[in-house]
Amino acid sequence: MQSKSARALYLIPYGAWILLFVVAPIALVGYYSLFDLHGSFTFGNYRNFFSSIYLRLTLSSFWYAFLITLFSLLIAYPTAYYLTKTKHKQLWLLLIIIPSWINLLLKTYAFIGIFGQYGPINALFAAIGIGNKQILFTDFSFIFVSVYIFIPFMILPIFNAIDRLNPALIDASRDLGANSWTTFRRVILPLTMNGVKSGIQVTFIPALSLFMITRLIAGNKVITLGTAIEQQFLVTQNWGMGSTIAVFLILFMFIIMLFTEQREKGGTGNGRNR
Amino acid sequence: MAGTGKGQKLFLGLVFLILYAPIFFLIFYSFNSGGTMTSFESFTWEHYAAVFEDTRLIMIVFNTVIVALLSSLLATTIGVLGALAIVYMKNRKLRSTLLSLNNVLIVSPDVIIGASFLILFTALGVKLGFTSVLVSHVAFSVPIVVLMVLPKLLEMSNSLIDAARDLGASGKDVLTRVIIPYIKPGIFAGFFLALTYSLDDFAVTFFVTGNGFSTLSVEIYSMARAGITLTINALSGLLFIVTVGLVLGYYALNRRSKTLFTGVKR
Repeated sequence: MQSKSARALYLIPYGAWILLFVVAPIALVGYYSLFDLHGSFTFGNYRNFFSSIYLRLTLSSFWYAFLITLFSLLIAYPTAYYLTKTKHKQLWLLLIIIPSWINLLLKTYAFIGIFGQYGPINALFAAIGIGNKQILFTDFSFIFVSVYIFIPFMILPIFNAIDRLNPALIDASRDLGANSWTTFRRVILPLTMNGVKSGIQVTFIPALSLFMITRLIAGNKVITLGTAIEQQFLVTQNWGMGSTIAVFLILFMFIIMLFTEQREKGGTGNGRNR
Repeated sequence: MAGTGKGQKLFLGLVFLILYAPIFFLIFYSFNSGGTMTSFESFTWEHYAAVFEDTRLIMIVFNTVIVALLSSLLATTIGVLGALAIVYMKNRKLRSTLLSLNNVLIVSPDVIIGASFLILFTALGVKLGFTSVLVSHVAFSVPIVVLMVLPKLLEMSNSLIDAARDLGASGKDVLTRVIIPYIKPGIFAGFFLALTYSLDDFAVTFFVTGNGFSTLSVEIYSMARAGITLTINALSGLLFIVTVGLVLGYYALNRRSKTLFTGVKR
């Protein structure tokens, strides 16, 4: 065991970091949300948030985040499942992960070219006779690019959960007469739920707050909570309103974390996502 | 379990194709003399040459690397101390509070981190620019270092420390000659992740950077908003090579420490 003074020495820089960069910023956001543009105390920002404009914005932001999470899950689960059955699964997993290490901005930028008026997708459409379509700046392109970005983060925790599954359980289920669908629904899925929860956590919360993809891919058509915060802070310079939206985003974040909390310790990957 | 069937292989193949297509699309057009991402005219290195001739861009790359290296070094130091502090924390309640606070920045969306840090720096009177960006990067990298180091510390047997003590090691010796070498793989993994977080960060930097200072992500964003320039494509070709190199390095590192893929990039 280390001496008391050594322990204090460990705690000081880390404690200072927690106070200054975890506690203080949240407190400041809460404090700023109580002031209007002119710096006078008000609850007006909160009243504004419950007006129809912001409520609709919140709802649509949740709807987009829900769709992005759902599609990511629908693609990621089978991918993770099939990956665990491949021969060199760790290598394949690495190959799935590599694209997530490429700068997010570059991947998004690529889609500006791919979905563009004269891009390959439109060329394909023209070739099969659908004709030129506006793909960029639509809901579809926004959701597609977001799902593309989040898939690797969704795959990883699910892969780890499935990989840890004892194959004897599946054999047992089959021996007892369950077909593959029942085995999946009653054995595999419940036992890998922790991975799914982690995946949802690392997808849903960032999806609520995306702002770079909305700006570049969706033009200004899609507004999420993230876009609204960025708008208030950096364009309108209304920090009070921006902070109020941030307060609600933090609240939503805690609620989602409660729902996706891991019951067992040592979860299925401490995935983090932005 | 059954092997992979045809349908499964097809599905996996499709996922791989979609994941890699945009990246290779970018790199492919980086060699296009035509100047657009629509029709390939002829092969050229001119866009790569343009990257190396653009002194402003080189300066920004330099800034980005400096911020990444410095911030991960500082974050690793604070994070290792933090992990030690958590491990030696006797009070269980305080310990779990510390751990939850540690995880706040990991699950917080970037926009929240960026906006709240912007308020913090303004309130403290810190000028926006290199300092604010560096400090923010240190701040959001600390928790991942803690998470990488903590399991190593927890799995370490107490008898190792007792043995060192019995053999006459001082507190400092125990730390530098027993604990640190033991948790080294965790420290490296933490440093590595911190490095990639910093290199990849866009949103936080976007909020806390001033007029005079820019990192690569922020620069790519403003270039992309202005329209398509194949300089970005050339840049992505170069970054792809660097990234793959880094990933392979991380992979090699993790292979040795058996903690494969416990960490994932945001």
